[in-house]
Amino acid sequence: MIEVRGLVKQYGAKIAVNDLSFDVEPGHVTGFLGPNGAGKTTTMRLILGLDYPDAGTSLIHGKRYAGLAYPMREVGALIDAKAVHGGRSAYNHLLCLAQTNNLPKRRVGEVLELVGLTDVARKRTRGFSLGMSQRLGIAGTLLGDPAVLMFDEPVNGLDPEGILWIRNLMKALAAEGRTVFVSSHLMSEMENTADHLIVIGRGSLLADCTMEEFIARSSGQTVRVRTPQPDLLAKAVSEAIPEATTAGAATAPPTATTESDGSLTVHGLTAAQVGDLAFDHGVRLHELTVVRASLEAAFMELTADSVEYRAGERPAEQPVPVSEGVI
Amino acid sequence: MAATTQSQPILGPLPPASGRAGFGGTLASEFTKIRSVRSTYWTLLVLLVVSVGIGAAITGGTAASWSHMAPSDRATFDPTQASVAGLFYLGQLVIVVFGAMTLTAEYSTGMIRTSLTAMPRRTVVYAAKATIFAIVALVVTFVAAFISFFLGQLLLGSTHDTATLSQPNVLRAVVGSALYVTLCGLFAFAVGAILRHTAGTITAVIGVLFVVPILAHLLPQSWYQDVDRWLPDAAGRALSVTVGPPPGHLFSAWNQFAVFAVYTAILLVVGAVLFLKRDA
Repeated sequence: MIEVRGLVKQYGAKIAVNDLSFDVEPGHVTGFLGPNGAGKTTTMRLILGLDYPDAGTSLIHGKRYAGLAYPMREVGALIDAKAVHGGRSAYNHLLCLAQTNNLPKRRVGEVLELVGLTDVARKRTRGFSLGMSQRLGIAGTLLGDPAVLMFDEPVNGLDPEGILWIRNLMKALAAEGRTVFVSSHLMSEMENTADHLIVIGRGSLLADCTMEEFIARSSGQTVRVRTPQPDLLAKAVSEAIPEATTAGAATAPPTATTESDGSLTVHGLTAAQVGDLAFDHGVRLHELTVVRASLEAAFMELTADSVEYRAGERPAEQPVPVSEGVI
Repeated sequence: MAATTQSQPILGPLPPASGRAGFGGTLASEFTKIRSVRSTYWTLLVLLVVSVGIGAAITGGTAASWSHMAPSDRATFDPTQASVAGLFYLGQLVIVVFGAMTLTAEYSTGMIRTSLTAMPRRTVVYAAKATIFAIVALVVTFVAAFISFFLGQLLLGSTHDTATLSQPNVLRAVVGSALYVTLCGLFAFAVGAILRHTAGTITAVIGVLFVVPILAHLLPQSWYQDVDRWLPDAAGRALSVTVGPPPGHLFSAWNQFAVFAVYTAILLVVGAVLFLKRDA
């Protein structure tokens, strides 16, 4: 359990974290999302006491991090996988961490085994790839068998296999009842991992909700249809009566828009409804595909105003509109 | 690298812990850190080689030219000081680098963030680091001092002007050289905590220990004598003299050492406060 209350951190004239409050609950993976420069790393550094806040508090199990009796037994945190002395072996790196919290030496071997670095345990970390460094960092977080885990952008630099491994590890850790708090600037990384989302932009809280709520608040799903009679189907869709869908977001009438490739994109109806509609109107279908709302697009929309650095041109068209009242 | 895809962590349970993580564990951790990087061994080897080598060169050279030396030069020759000169002139350079890097290397590698995450009680980390450094530096400088001394006396054997530890001030000079060089290292450690930058720290400390004394010599003689006793490096010069009267304008050997020790203590405290207060 992590409790953040009214955190403020300013670096010179720049406000990195602006009155941020949220809880991170045990038992599930909480994704900490925001564009680059949103203040995610700063928030984690403040929680760990690496930086001091200008205002506010952050507590872990009701205590400041520095006040925990055995910090590594309660919190495993990985802020920067490359924050190691490259001349030290993986084994000795973990050993020196374990010793600070009086953890047994055998533990080092166990966590190395768990992350798959046993073969390179005696190698100096200077030669490690970013993926191996991430594994080493994760090994360090597990030394104390902590109830709270914090990872800052853990999949950066990992190959697909490594990403899958981390996802499964995080889910397994949460399933054991631990608090797992993981940051990312990519929604796609969280889509299959996080149960809960905390979204920030420019240091302020934008959303604090479950993944289901986030999906429901986004524009939901669309249906892609290919048919030789697009006009007929479009007319049928526009006359259809929308069914009540979750989260009450479907008050808008269903629409069908023609894409550049000639297919139709139907909003506001399920694939089954579109299929039935086509059958009723004698429209032949060549394709009927459910297109999941891109959470990435919803996330981009949510954070659009708080992106720190962007390319000169905005995209001409937002890929998927977000329903009103997201923020 | 073969990745293992684990759906379930396989970590065994930890023995229960009582009390809280403190100085002992962090001391062990800092010792692991210092002994697990090659630069430590290279640095300390260089310290030994330079100290013993320069001492041997001076004493050996003196022995070779002894028969040509003027009686007055022979009379003022200090066999103890000559034998340990390598340590307190050049050994201090090496220990300054070693002392500075003890903390600044954690900043340049980023390791400090990992270290302070493992042990967030910063006073403990700072004290453990300084303690381990001081112990390692003491051991190495004592070894260097005594090897330099005995080798030097061996090489001076033909001159029949050799020192023994039982002679007045000789033990003080040998031990004092080791202590002085260790103190130089702690001085650099403290400056490193303040500046958090390796090159800057080494430059600053060498400036104070080597350049300032040279500049002081440019002062008028009476000013120089007033200033010199307040310079950190005067401790080394006062402690290592065993033949003839010590330089009259300096404090007694141990008082001169105390001046340097007070400077170092003040810097260590300033370094600790900054280490505690600043964002890592």
